[in-house]
Amino acid sequence: MSLFSGRRKDLMDEIESHLQMATADRVAAGATPENARRDAGSEFGNVPLVIDVTRERWGWMRMEQLAQDLRYAWRTLKRDRGFATIAVLILALGIGANIVVFSVVNTILLRPLPFKNPQQLVWLAAGHDGGGLSVVTYRADAYEAFRDHNHSFDEITGFSPFYAYSDFKLTDYGAPQPVAGVWVLGNFFQTLGVKPLLGRNFTEEESVKGGPSAVMLSYPYWQSHFNGDMSIVGRAITLDGSQVTVAGVLPPSFDFGSIFAPGTKKDVFRVLHIEDVLQVGHILSLIGRLKPGVTSTQAQAEASVLFPQLRDASKSNDWMYDADTVITGLKDHVNRQLRRPLLILWCAVGLVLLIVCVNLSNLLLARAMARSKEFAMRTALGANRMRLIRQLLTESLVLSLLGTLFGLAIAFAVLTYLAHQGSVSLPLLSTVRMDGNTLSWTLAIALFASLLFGVVPAIKMSGGNLQEVLKDSGHGTSAGRKQDRMRSILVITEIVLTCVLLVGAGLLMRSFLNVLNVDLGFQPSHTFTLRVSYNAPTDAQRGPVLEEMLRRVSEIPGVESASFSDALPLTHNRSWTLKAKGRSYPRDAHQDVFVSVVSPGFFNTMGMRLIDGRDFAWTDTPTSRPVIIINEATARRDWPGESPIGKLATGIGNSDTMVIGVVANIHESSIETAPNPEIYVPVTQSGDTSGSELVVRSGLPIEALGPSLMRTLRSMNPGQPTTSLVPLQNIVDRSISPRRFFAVLVGIFAAFGLLLASLGIYGVISYSVSRQTQEIGIRMALGATRERVQMGVISKTLRLALIGTAVGTGTSFAVAKAIRSMLFGTTPTDPMTFVGMIVLLIGVALLAGYLPARRASRIDPVKAIRSS
Amino acid sequence: MAKNGYHNRIELLQGTLDMLILKTLQWGEQHGYGISLAIRAASGDVLQVETGSLYPALHRLERAGWVSAEWKKSDSNQRAKFYKITTLGKKQLAADYGRWERMVATIEGIMSAEERAI
Repeated sequence: MSLFSGRRKDLMDEIESHLQMATADRVAAGATPENARRDAGSEFGNVPLVIDVTRERWGWMRMEQLAQDLRYAWRTLKRDRGFATIAVLILALGIGANIVVFSVVNTILLRPLPFKNPQQLVWLAAGHDGGGLSVVTYRADAYEAFRDHNHSFDEITGFSPFYAYSDFKLTDYGAPQPVAGVWVLGNFFQTLGVKPLLGRNFTEEESVKGGPSAVMLSYPYWQSHFNGDMSIVGRAITLDGSQVTVAGVLPPSFDFGSIFAPGTKKDVFRVLHIEDVLQVGHILSLIGRLKPGVTSTQAQAEASVLFPQLRDASKSNDWMYDADTVITGLKDHVNRQLRRPLLILWCAVGLVLLIVCVNLSNLLLARAMARSKEFAMRTALGANRMRLIRQLLTESLVLSLLGTLFGLAIAFAVLTYLAHQGSVSLPLLSTVRMDGNTLSWTLAIALFASLLFGVVPAIKMSGGNLQEVLKDSGHGTSAGRKQDRMRSILVITEIVLTCVLLVGAGLLMRSFLNVLNVDLGFQPSHTFTLRVSYNAPTDAQRGPVLEEMLRRVSEIPGVESASFSDALPLTHNRSWTLKAKGRSYPRDAHQDVFVSVVSPGFFNTMGMRLIDGRDFAWTDTPTSRPVIIINEATARRDWPGESPIGKLATGIGNSDTMVIGVVANIHESSIETAPNPEIYVPVTQSGDTSGSELVVRSGLPIEALGPSLMRTLRSMNPGQPTTSLVPLQNIVDRSISPRRFFAVLVGIFAAFGLLLASLGIYGVISYSVSRQTQEIGIRMALGATRERVQMGVISKTLRLALIGTAVGTGTSFAVAKAIRSMLFGTTPTDPMTFVGMIVLLIGVALLAGYLPARRASRIDPVKAIRSS
Repeated sequence: MAKNGYHNRIELLQGTLDMLILKTLQWGEQHGYGISLAIRAASGDVLQVETGSLYPALHRLERAGWVSAEWKKSDSNQRAKFYKITTLGKKQLAADYGRWERMVATIEGIMSAEERAI
């Protein structure tokens, strides 16, 4: 019942009393009651219309009409279930895709970081790009000096991004377990403004040398490993054999991995005593909180002056690039490489919505033909044009809102999936969710879409000349033709938009395939890695212990080879400085090399190619001559034009090292950038490892290999934590996951666009065939062959497709230029992609046109001519 | 967009019809049917007020506070909604009437001037 029923009833009573009085007067004048009533009624006029115009005076009419329109729209759609289902489905997919992409964009680009006053937080990076972690991180003494002398920052804090150093072993809770930790400075959480959920922040005492060791637990880790036990706070746990007090538990909203190490989870945060690492080298990533009113530009200006002064005062040669500091907003640092891809993704999904709208416009126009008589009738009964347009837009709105409802459901499912799978290394992705922003955006696009696809059909439908519509039964009259043209234009628009999407997706897909085809320099298949721990207190023991471990692992049936490395490609990296002994270098030369500490057999296990010289041997010991193996890039940089074998290098370790081999380049830090200079140091000679990974090559399935491997390792070291085997391929996959993410999404959008475009073509061609049934019948009766009729329909399809692709190709050229920076190994004008996509588009168009063409060719002339 | 007939007439007669209704109600409260009869009778059957204009006008006057309405029994024991002019309505009537007289005089002046010119 409507809000207005009381007043409406009152008005109807009033009119009824009017009619009764008029009837009574006529009866009194001698008329029969029936005649009297009839005359009174005809004198009064159109009762519903009087009610309508009277109620308009109340000012409530609009609201009530809306309610009425909604009811009517609902009934109409319910009657036409097939149409409604398809329309809602298309809308749900289109709007759902938009919600998903917006949520991702919102999470990564728009939403502030989950810290207190995040706009004050900045990221400090040292040195030049491309040098790896060691270059962009700071020495502890550089940090201390800058912290104490700057005037721009309220606080500066840091953590160590060399996570392999913070893979702890938890031993007093059941079987030994690995714990992914992070070394953070004592003021880390305080600077970010993160308040512990339980317990307290680190104290001053815990932050200085000799103070008690303390740790914070992440919320998920506290839940899964300590079952949410509140009493753990304040107690001590054993990490790597030392007692560490649990200071507190962090709130669920704090996810270190999603911001600073995308695609990983960090469980505990342990206080780093800065005095302990003063001599360790470049290990700190720095975050600063600006003083209120200070901009990052001002801070940059200060840092550019202050850092070199501090370096000169420190008289240290080890500061390297720490003095060349670049300050960026923390948020910009986190999303810096994603801004463009995400905006492109956003545009792509916007295109999808446009295609959806054009398609629906088309469907609604087709319906307009079927309903034109209904509307002519309503016009004849007194509805004005505005009212009809409003009614039609209300129908669009109902469709759009229904689509949005289902779209929200789809988006919710997809987002839940995205947030819970850890294999895509995009920052903040694990925190993706719908929020107020998303809902407002959704509502906005739903309204926008309903206007966009509703307005053309509404104007077309309501504007029909009454007589013409009632006369026009669809045989080539001007109104039918006009509509045909309108629909053709809409289909061409769809083809253009789809063409742009297809070319974009094609280019991204091709780039992705190119990345997959890059020669990594190692063979990730059938190779597994496992974090191991071993007991070797002295340098001399390390070699024999590892040799024994690898020997036992190699003896497991099915294992082809096993070796050790401190770091795997495409994970973390660190760099040292290497110079060829006796060669002079410019003062500011970048002589960084990435370093891996490996066992003999590592190259064999990884499937790398030794080009020259020999591999390490177990006989390279701490007492024998220090040796290294270099990659081609290092050979070319430091020993150009000569064989480096037997040459001496400085900078690695305490004494000169001799180059004993050269290996082919591998993609160490990124598949998409050129290989960097790299060196390998034998683990038998150097204990300066950044982690410990067992690498196993085996044809066995991972389920079979895991348990026997673990048994073997436990037989040597009962303290070996239970870690799972990771296929090397997973590490490769993770490093290309952002590209895969974008390529797959745009690919899905393009496929959806193609489907919609083919639906649109099918609809238009099939409608024009049914409109021309008689004409075709006559032509066939006059001798046109089936082939001829079929060709006629197909050539009409081809015309639409060709116009669409011609315009679309031109547009694509412009669009492809805009995504140049996302391409790999292909140009924006890649002819293969363009030709391939155009052929695909025209092929699909012809297929969509072929079905109606076949129907046209099977028209029975006799029936067709008789049918009207 | 084309307005339908009822809308046109309301606009055409708006001010005048309001004035006629208020004038009729000055003799005492009356229902819609009574008002239409009274206007017709007073005009010597010349003016026939359309219900499509009358009722919207009545409801508008009520909304403006110039008339008040009440359900009552009529003399012939028929339940009907009776409208009564308010003090505000009386002032409005006076103002309307004044404006009307001025307009008639002005138009009359124009019309007769034309005659003389010929």
